[in-house]
Formats: sequence, structure tokens, C-alpha cells
Amino acid sequence: MSGFAQNTFNGLVSGAFYALLALGLAVIFGMLRVVNFAHGAFYMLGAFGAYVLLTEAGVPFWAALVIMPVGLGLLGMALERAVIHRLTRLDPLYNFLLTFGLTLILQDLVKLRYGVQSSPYETPSLLSGTVNFGLFDFPTYRVFILGFAVLLCVAVWWVLTRTRIGMVVRASTERPDLTRAFGIDVGRWVTPVFGFGIGLAGLAGVLAAPMRAVNPLMGADLIIVVFAVVVIGGLGSIFGSVAAGFGIGLVQAWGEAYLSNFPIVSQTIVFIVMAAVLLWRPAGLFGREEAPA
Amino acid sequence: MDGVGMRRTVGVAAASAAVVLVAGCGGGGPQSGGDQKLTGDKIVLGVLNDQSGAYSELSGKNSVTAVEMAIADFTAKYGDKAVTKDITVETADHQNKPDVANSKAQEMYDRKGVDLILDVPTSSAALKVADVAKEKKKLYFNIGAATTDLTGKSCNKYTFHYAYDTYMLANGTGKTTTEQIGKNWYILYPNYAFGQDMEKSFSTAITAAGGKVVGKDGAPFPNTSGDFSTFLLKAPTLNPKPDVLGTMQAGAELVNVVKQYNEFKLRDKGVGLAVGLMFLTDIHSLTPAALAGTTYTDAWYWNFDAKNREFADRFQQKAGTRPTFAHAANYSAALQYLEAVQAAGTDDADAVVKGLEGKTVEDVFLRNGKIRAEDHRVVHDAYLAQVKPQSEVTEPWDYVKVLKTIPAAEAFRAPSADCKL
Repeated sequence: MSGFAQNTFNGLVSGAFYALLALGLAVIFGMLRVVNFAHGAFYMLGAFGAYVLLTEAGVPFWAALVIMPVGLGLLGMALERAVIHRLTRLDPLYNFLLTFGLTLILQDLVKLRYGVQSSPYETPSLLSGTVNFGLFDFPTYRVFILGFAVLLCVAVWWVLTRTRIGMVVRASTERPDLTRAFGIDVGRWVTPVFGFGIGLAGLAGVLAAPMRAVNPLMGADLIIVVFAVVVIGGLGSIFGSVAAGFGIGLVQAWGEAYLSNFPIVSQTIVFIVMAAVLLWRPAGLFGREEAPA
Repeated sequence: MDGVGMRRTVGVAAASAAVVLVAGCGGGGPQSGGDQKLTGDKIVLGVLNDQSGAYSELSGKNSVTAVEMAIADFTAKYGDKAVTKDITVETADHQNKPDVANSKAQEMYDRKGVDLILDVPTSSAALKVADVAKEKKKLYFNIGAATTDLTGKSCNKYTFHYAYDTYMLANGTGKTTTEQIGKNWYILYPNYAFGQDMEKSFSTAITAAGGKVVGKDGAPFPNTSGDFSTFLLKAPTLNPKPDVLGTMQAGAELVNVVKQYNEFKLRDKGVGLAVGLMFLTDIHSLTPAALAGTTYTDAWYWNFDAKNREFADRFQQKAGTRPTFAHAANYSAALQYLEAVQAAGTDDADAVVKGLEGKTVEDVFLRNGKIRAEDHRVVHDAYLAQVKPQSEVTEPWDYVKVLKTIPAAEAFRAPSADCKL
């Protein structure tokens, strides 16, 4: 019983990372119709930024948790203005070429300066203990991540559903043409939304630094699963990306724990789920079928 | 373009074949005085390894630096008596991919005139290069790869396995940890060739030492989620409870396992940590604090004695960092090859192999070293090492104390019956 609870908890912690990354991808895709293959690189930059801030300027984890998302968000906005916005008029192939190319450039720049060996990053001392839940105890840092990610998702949900900005973003995400017809300047919101999505990736990166190997390729490995999450949740669906993020985290943790005798299954379970969902609901669990134009 | 390249390859291959034939017939190389016979009148050493990926720091470009040091030391030692002063290094990046390693090795032997290929980490790539060496009848000293197949079923006359292998790692760490720290083990390994091989070697060594493997799990490889918590949570709940978690993960995955091992406070729960394969660069990544007390088997340590330290100081001047065992082994392998050519007076592969087989060697890397004739395993002393607590680390990169020297005769397995040279 306690084993099941622990595995569930772990699944939710992994899921928190997937949810934060998928949420960013979903708002970006919704607003810009751009699939951002560079998302993993920004996650990596978040973690690396935290490391560089700590080792070269003595900036602690808590400050990095604010500085990196904001800094990367601004970088994202600059990139959107400089290159990404040109993609909307082009063949989707260019979307892949540009964002994947960006990934390679960012990874290699970091590699050039810091090498491929992982860089050390300590858990902040305030969170380095364990919390006792009666049945089992759990690292405080993981409890913090889960709480933080859930709060953040709730906050994003609140902004999107309860504020005017959120209404505009949701409307532009789901029916951009119709929203424009109502006289709303959709274009104005594109740049900040892209920056916001990138900021979330950077935030996830900072959160990952104390518990994952910090190296230039950390995002490249993770992003494969995140794309599966986005497809399962429904491309562009905000709620779907969060729900699928936590769901896939759980499926992966349970798979590793209870299907360990079938390594082939436990290693590929995410993609098995993805294939099944695509067969059953081609637009994803929470996605909407594209209406014929 | 391709046509020209192809023609050139064929041309060079034909030319070098002709030279080999002439040399082989005892006709002597061009302008060779006495009985000195070198193809092209020079020696070319080829370093084929990972120059940009996961293994590029533990070996990579700095191994090229180590080989260049060996050439300089050889030239300084023999001066005008050296078999040649024209010794050069060719390098190539195999990206840890067997097919790339295969084509780069062929290119080195055929087109670049390479006499000896060095290093080649990643077992699958290492085995491919062994096949190429056999086919081309050219020398190959493997340093970076761990598989015992190089001196087992895939052994051949031209391949030597120089630095370490999975048996050495398992025998040192598995046996000593079982005797000194605890009998019950939980083994976590990456589920692919290297990990499976390591798991088998460790289980054998642990059982032989009177220990017991109470649980083992193959983790997904590559582990895209980066999360090992399922296995780390499982470890203390096993019955009987394991005394030691043996992790066979390497590189970034090892970093993830150790970070999460500390996060779940397994040491406080009475589960110690043993690491299958670890390089100095891994300890640097994790910091000694994260690994304090962890034992592992090392093929060589830079601050073990004055001789090693002298080499490490010279290496640092050139490379800007302390050498891993792979760097020291590349230096030693290049040096011993040049010595063998000097002794044989020719770079003819068969003559050099004959000189190497059964030779006892002593240098900065090889202590009580011997090049076994039976399977071409280079045996030497190995070391059981323990990561120091942070408080005892007094200078950069000096992270380890050597607990015990494992004598060369015990460190490696007996020649395998699978190997027929």
C-alpha cells in the first residue's frame, strides 16, 4: 500500500515537469500555430542558468526561480519578434527547421562553454530533508515541486478563465479568426504568450536542477516524452496538456513499478498510450476535431 | 566528386598494399638504413573516440593530448636512435555509433596510413573496430570500452584490450564491497548490452564472495524521464533488506541515480552505494559531497604516487585538467606500441604482435603489467578506491583515496576458452 502511494507520488512529481512543459507548448501552439521544438532547449537553459547564477554570482535557488523564467521569457519574446513570427506565413516544414535548428545552436553553445559532463547543483538547504506522511516519508524537495507546480497550474487556469486577458488568449487560441472578427487585436498577444510559454520551460528547468543531471542534452531527452504528452492531451488544448502531463507521469511510474518484468512494455508505455489515444481520438483526449474550413 | 574520392581510395589502398608486400618480402622500405622497415617511412597513430558526446570529457580530445605526450617522450628518449622521428597522430569522432566507428576505422587504416588505432569507447563500436583490425591485419589497442568480448569470443590477433573491463570492475567492487560493507545487494542497471554484461559480472562476483543479490532491475535505457525513484524506493522495502545498492549506470544517468539516491536518503536507511563504472570526471560533476564514502574500482588514479603525480602535472600543463585513467592508458598504450616498434625495427603488424605477446611492462599506467599472449588482455594492478568526504578534499580533483591495490594476477579474469586467436 505504502509502495503504491509512493509510486503514485513520484508519478505526479514527474508529471509536474511534463505538465509545465506541455502547458507552455500548448499555449504557444494555440496562439501561433507553431510547434516549438526548441522547448527542451529552454528547459535546459533554465537549469543551466540556475547553475551559472549560483556558481558565478552566488545567486541562490530561490532567486534563480524568479530570474530565469523572467529572463528566458524576455529572450523568448525577442526571438518571437526576430524570427518566430515569420513562420506563420510559411510551410510547416520551416517551423521544424527553425525551432529544431535553434535547439542545436543553443545546445552547442552551452556545450562549447561548459562541456558535456553534468554540472553539480545542490538542493536548497531549506528543502533538503524529508517529510513524513505516516505511511512513508518523501523528500521535501519533491513535495515542494508538486505543490508548486499544482499551484502554478491553478494560477494559470484562473488567469485564463477568470480574467479578461485570459478570455482573449483562450478565444484567440481556439478561434483566432472569429476573435479577430470581434475586433480584438490578436497579434498584440502573440509575443507575450510565446514569452510566457518559454518562461514556463525555464521555470521547469530551474526546478529540475537539484534532482536531475544538468547538462546540455537534458532537454533533448525529456522533450520526446513531452511531445507525446501534448499529442495525448490534444494539440493546443490547455487543460488537456496539464491533465495528460500528470497522467503520463503516473502511467510511467506505475509501469516501471508493476511491469518491471516486461521491460519492453515499461520502456515504451508512453508511446503505447499515445498510439491508443490517436486511434481512438485522433485529436487527442481533450482536443477538438478541426472543423472543415 | 565521389568518383574521384573512390579512385583515390583505391589508389592509396593499392599503393599501401604494394608497400606492405615489398616490406613483407624483405625488400626493405624506401631509404631505410639497415633492417628498419616502416610503411611510408613513418608511424601514424590513430585516436578514434567520442570527441563531442557523453564520453568526450573522460577521454575525447585530451586522449589525443596524452598520445602526443607519449610521442614526445619516446622521441626524447631515443633521439637519433629512434626508429623514426616522423610520428604523427590522426583523430576521428565515432560519435559512439558502431557504423561510424566501422567506416572511420577503415578510413584510418586504408587512407590515412594509420598503424595503430587507440581508445574507441562504447562496447558496440569497440567490437566493430576489432573486426576491421582483424580484416586489415592492423593493430588496435582498445582502452575506452568495457566489454570482455574483446578478449572473449570476439578476440583476434591484432586486438589488445588495455585498460579495464566489466570483469575487473565487478571483481574489485563486487568482491570487496561484499566482504567489507554488506552481503545483500540490490543491482540497478541500464537495460542494454553494457548494463546487462555488468549485472552478470557483478552477480557472479558477489555470489562468489559469499554475498547475495536480493533484487535486480533493468531500468529503461535511455531513461528519457531521468527519474529512477521507482527503483530507489523499492530498494529498502526488499526482504531481506539490501545493504548495498549497486548502480551500473554511466555518465548523466549515473548522476541522476546518485542525486536521487541522496534525495531519498538511502544511506540513512542503511543502504550503501557502490558504483559499477565511474571516472574522475563523474565525481567532479556530482561533487565529492554527493558521493562521499562510495567505493568503486579504478584502473589508475592520478594522485596515487609520485610517478602518477608527475605525469598528471605534465598532463595538466597541456590539457588544463587532471587525467582520468583513460587518458593515462592512452598515453601508456601509445608509448608501449612505439617501444615495440623500436624493438622490432619495423611497424609490420605481425612482427609487432610477436614482440608484444607475453611481454611484461612497467610504466606510469601499467604496474606489474603483462600483455597476455593467450587472449591479448593487458593485465595490471587495479585499485579499490573510495570517494573522500568533502572535508578531506584539500586540492582540486583530488577526490579519492585508494583503499587497496588489487594485484594484476587477481584483477582480471583468466583467459577465456571462447578466445581463439
